Amino acid sequence: MKFTLIENLGYRSLVVVEHLGRIAQFALRITACLLVPPYRFRRLVGDVYDAGVLSLPVVCLSGAVVGGTLSLLGYTTLVRFGAEEALGALVGLAVIRELGPVLTALLVTGRAGSAFAAEIATMVTTEQLDGLRMMSVDPVDFVVSPKALALLIAMPLLAGLFAVFALMGGYGIAVGLLGVDGGSFMASMEGSVKFWNDVIGSFSKAITFGALTGLIATYRGYISEPTAAGVSAATTGTVVIGSVTILVFDFFLNGFWGV
Amino acid sequence: MSEPREPEFRIAFDGVSLKRGDRVIFDGLSCGFPRGRVSVVLGGSGAGKSTLIRMIGGLQRPDSGVVRVADEDITRYSERELFKVRDRIGMLFQGGALLDSMTVAENVALPLREHTRLSEKDIEAEVDRRLVAVGLSDAGQLYPRELSGGMSRRAALARAIVMDPEILLVDEPFSGLDPINVRRIEALLVDLNRHLDLTLIVTSHHMASSIRMADRLVFMVDGIAIAGPPDELLKNSDERIVEFLVAESDSFAEHHELDVTPLMDRRTLPDRRKKS
Amino acid sequence: MKRSPLRDLIVGIFVLCGLAAIAYLSIQLGGLYYSGPAGFKLIATFDEVGDLKPRSAVVIAGVRVGQVVSIELDDLLRARCVLDVDPSLELDVETSAAIKTAGLLGEKFIALEPGGSDEMLESGDEIDRTVSALSIESLVGKFVNDSGLEGD
Repeated sequence: MKFTLIENLGYRSLVVVEHLGRIAQFALRITACLLVPPYRFRRLVGDVYDAGVLSLPVVCLSGAVVGGTLSLLGYTTLVRFGAEEALGALVGLAVIRELGPVLTALLVTGRAGSAFAAEIATMVTTEQLDGLRMMSVDPVDFVVSPKALALLIAMPLLAGLFAVFALMGGYGIAVGLLGVDGGSFMASMEGSVKFWNDVIGSFSKAITFGALTGLIATYRGYISEPTAAGVSAATTGTVVIGSVTILVFDFFLNGFWGV
Repeated sequence: MSEPREPEFRIAFDGVSLKRGDRVIFDGLSCGFPRGRVSVVLGGSGAGKSTLIRMIGGLQRPDSGVVRVADEDITRYSERELFKVRDRIGMLFQGGALLDSMTVAENVALPLREHTRLSEKDIEAEVDRRLVAVGLSDAGQLYPRELSGGMSRRAALARAIVMDPEILLVDEPFSGLDPINVRRIEALLVDLNRHLDLTLIVTSHHMASSIRMADRLVFMVDGIAIAGPPDELLKNSDERIVEFLVAESDSFAEHHELDVTPLMDRRTLPDRRKKS
Repeated sequence: MKRSPLRDLIVGIFVLCGLAAIAYLSIQLGGLYYSGPAGFKLIATFDEVGDLKPRSAVVIAGVRVGQVVSIELDDLLRARCVLDVDPSLELDVETSAAIKTAGLLGEKFIALEPGGSDEMLESGDEIDRTVSALSIESLVGKFVNDSGLEGD
């Protein structure tokens, strides 16, 4: 009785380790399915539409708003030091290095990742995946791998669009509202953003997050219980686990690239 | 009552056991399903009818025992090896299991697109032929969500037989259907069996149609199977079968809302009604 | 899955927009541009570069004409900078390079000043006349030294 807590901890740790192992296996299976014919190009296009195009409004709008907010906040601080010319650098670096990939990943996990998880979980519940198996079609190949790849493809594209919209939002607020000189805003941004460090770093982050979201969403949907509760658990699980994983990986990637 | 394995059995279970958690589902179950005949699997909900069918398809593995499909022991087969076995098997799931991102015609065409090199034109013709056979010639361009229960089951049947399987597994084809649709599906299944020489295995708790269709009945009771020709088996006064029939006619009444009033009066509901 | 031309078109546009966004970030903001064999390379060696970094600007008369590609130590332990400048410029061999600072604490950059020779620099040539960076610290140190204010 007195060991219950520790036992619980032990059990839960084991469950986590087991899931990690299974996710790794699952990732290998997806990779194998993507590399070996048949290539599901048509299904991939459909899933890129779901993951990418349908996420566009929320990503672009959030980007513009976040950029504007950064400009407002940054200006009030910088203007005290008479350094409002550095506003472009602040917005550019913050958006490209950090906020672009991370916020996009969180938004896409919430919108597209959860939708994919729910879709796959529903297919488990309604025996559609078993139906595919009985037709000698591997559901990982037919359903899962195009979705995982679609998120991997859509994420960097969306992150890029998020960044551009954030910069436009930031520029609009800085120049239109706060009266910062447009030329010096852009000059300070262009002067401070470095290709290898910042843009490539941002791009790699977005790709990493895309792979993680794709993997977590599809895995969580694939292992769900065949019930309505299973579908909702898969959706929630994807958002929670996906978001936390993205933030944790972001921390380590920042350490890796040296902030 | 286990029976000797006869050579004409296309599918055979031998001492199959399965536990799910603490619940025993199969307890040394042995039975066979003859080639080219209609076998109907009967049993209360939770008796493992669906599990039995899923095992034949290799979707579920037993804890112990042997499942033979066409004289191959599939119990230890890998997914890849199972694909070969499943090429001979068509399966009609309870909910139809049509892919809801595709139209009915695309669903039916899917096995052909995946496993044959037929031209798009031939595939279309073949799909049309199957849809006509199940009476859905106009429904090809509809999505599964636009179909009624009976229609989606017929569409799924078209998909299950499009590759001309030698074995057709059918899970609860009559559940949730009105009497007209029950008759329709029943007639379709019997037709298939007669004309294509299909080995047909149907799970059901619809007694009337089961007895009409069956060349062989398999009762699932207490984790084992009692099998035989319907007339013989029903005359047989095996206690467990009688018990089952009594219980089942009860649930049959419940299921079809034949007489609801006694249910309302009951103080305690029978365990059976718990969703398993 | 059936071909659906409209959806395919939208996905295509989406992918193009995304790539355009990434390209904009890379080229315009990131300052990535093609600097292969066609680029005009000059080498300038300084005793002290301060916090001059790769991608710092190279300017002539205040106009940006290129950037620093790399900075490394040469055999004499001096900083050897490779500059990538606009190939359309005609710079003569008497051109000098100086490291300057934008404002008091701002970014370092290299300012080129053309000389009066008729002989032109070729890609890969070295600029002989260089002026090293002046850092605030050394300026202050020099001032302190000259006025004899240093302790002991």
